[in-house]
Amino acid sequence: MYSDKVMEHFTNPRNVGELPDANAIGEVGNAKCGDIMKIFMKIEDNIIKDISFKTFGCGAAVATSSMAAEMAKGKTVQEALHISNKAVSEALDGLPSEKMHCSVLAEQAIRAAISNYYERQGVDPIPIIGCDMKCEDC
Amino acid sequence: MKKIYYFDNAATRPISKVAFEAMLPYLTDGYGNPSSVYSVGRDAKKAIEDARRTVATAIGAMPEEIYFTGSGTESNNWAIRSTVEQNKDKGKHIISSAIEHPAVMSTLKYLEKQGCDVTYLDVNEYGQVSLDELKKAIRSDTVLITIMMANNEVGTILPSAEIGKIAKENNVSFHTDAVQAVGHIEVDVKEIGADMLTLSGHKLGGAKGVGVLYVRKGLNLPPFIHGGGQERGKRSGTENVAGIVSLAAALNDVLPRIPLNHVSQMRDKLIEGLLKITRSRLTGDPVNRLPGIASFVFEGIEGESILLLLDQCGIDASSGSACSSGSLDPSHVLLALGLPHEIAHGSLRFSICENNTDEDIDYVLEKLPGIVAKLRSMSPVWNEE
Repeated sequence: MYSDKVMEHFTNPRNVGELPDANAIGEVGNAKCGDIMKIFMKIEDNIIKDISFKTFGCGAAVATSSMAAEMAKGKTVQEALHISNKAVSEALDGLPSEKMHCSVLAEQAIRAAISNYYERQGVDPIPIIGCDMKCEDC
Repeated sequence: MKKIYYFDNAATRPISKVAFEAMLPYLTDGYGNPSSVYSVGRDAKKAIEDARRTVATAIGAMPEEIYFTGSGTESNNWAIRSTVEQNKDKGKHIISSAIEHPAVMSTLKYLEKQGCDVTYLDVNEYGQVSLDELKKAIRSDTVLITIMMANNEVGTILPSAEIGKIAKENNVSFHTDAVQAVGHIEVDVKEIGADMLTLSGHKLGGAKGVGVLYVRKGLNLPPFIHGGGQERGKRSGTENVAGIVSLAAALNDVLPRIPLNHVSQMRDKLIEGLLKITRSRLTGDPVNRLPGIASFVFEGIEGESILLLLDQCGIDASSGSACSSGSLDPSHVLLALGLPHEIAHGSLRFSICENNTDEDIDYVLEKLPGIVAKLRSMSPVWNEE
């Protein structure tokens, strides 16, 4: 049901854990629905220098977190905001249709972390991101 | 080939050797249609009638009370829907439980849309219904009580004999889905007081594609599938002769070994070992429990992830997590037991049969703690405290 690439990222996820010196932290999903993604970023000079994640969820949730973090690493904040769920899923050679919401969650986790970064800078994230990514929807 | 440690016997069991050998002749030279008059047809007919006697003896019934169907699901549909049809002048109220298999649950949901009124009895943390609640739920228009004999996800054995007694006292038909019970624990329809009972071949070592509905003599349940009048006009469709023979052979093979002491010993060893993992719990009834079901929840992690990592070790198990079922909600059974959503997502079931060995159990006990630890280490909701 999963592509080899999904299984590879699930089995050997990249960038797992917490960043002690993170200046951007975003969490999306909720345990009731069975998926939570938490992304930690170290942003310097508008560039995502380091990134890590922790995920509670299925194989696709772990794999999309791992892939999204890998894709965001080294990018500018603006570039990272353009990482779409479709791009994450394509990079993993596709996801089963009932697992596409995991890639949406991965996209949202990155946006949530960046939203948190703007807030810490005293910048209102809503005009930039569209919402503050604090919604609790499944 | 990599060794497979198969612990999903409640999903389906590998066909037993005797069942396989018994059915083979009916896939080759014994090809006759049991309804035909010539010898190859008569031989097939005789094989079915022999199988019918075997199944009847196994559950304390008479051969004429045994009907072969295409699956446990079909038997459940037939029992429930035809009872409703038969009693449409008496009423449209059905009593069931909150932990039924989808084969019963979805049938009831369908009937609710058709105007039936269904009471789903709550269960306690062990998955047991309250007999007092059952008595209180019975109304003058109650036409059926359908409550499973044993639960597939958590292994709880329900008090079927007491339920049957209450049904009889109140003159209500009683059907029980015994798919997980027959071939695993002792089942006697007279002792239970069942008017109808469902069992399935592939859950006890027979081939897939055969179910049985026991219908108490005198009940005169209307047919559900119409056609050429097979099974004494009650279940049309050319009989799955080979499958029916395999079911009977598998039953004959396993019955003398019930109670399955070695299976329950392996189950207990697995339970004891896995409960050593911090913040793990057994689900279902710790005492009134099927011999082969060891079911758990592990806090802070999700079931499908556990299954995928187990699979990489060659261990096949199952989970009632939302991700394994393709829905957002974890299993209705685990929620009915009162487990919060976030914990129910971390469920894991091992279903053991006589093919498993003590070494298989040791292997799981060696592998699973590391898998749980790995997933917890990457979980944002897990904290060691």
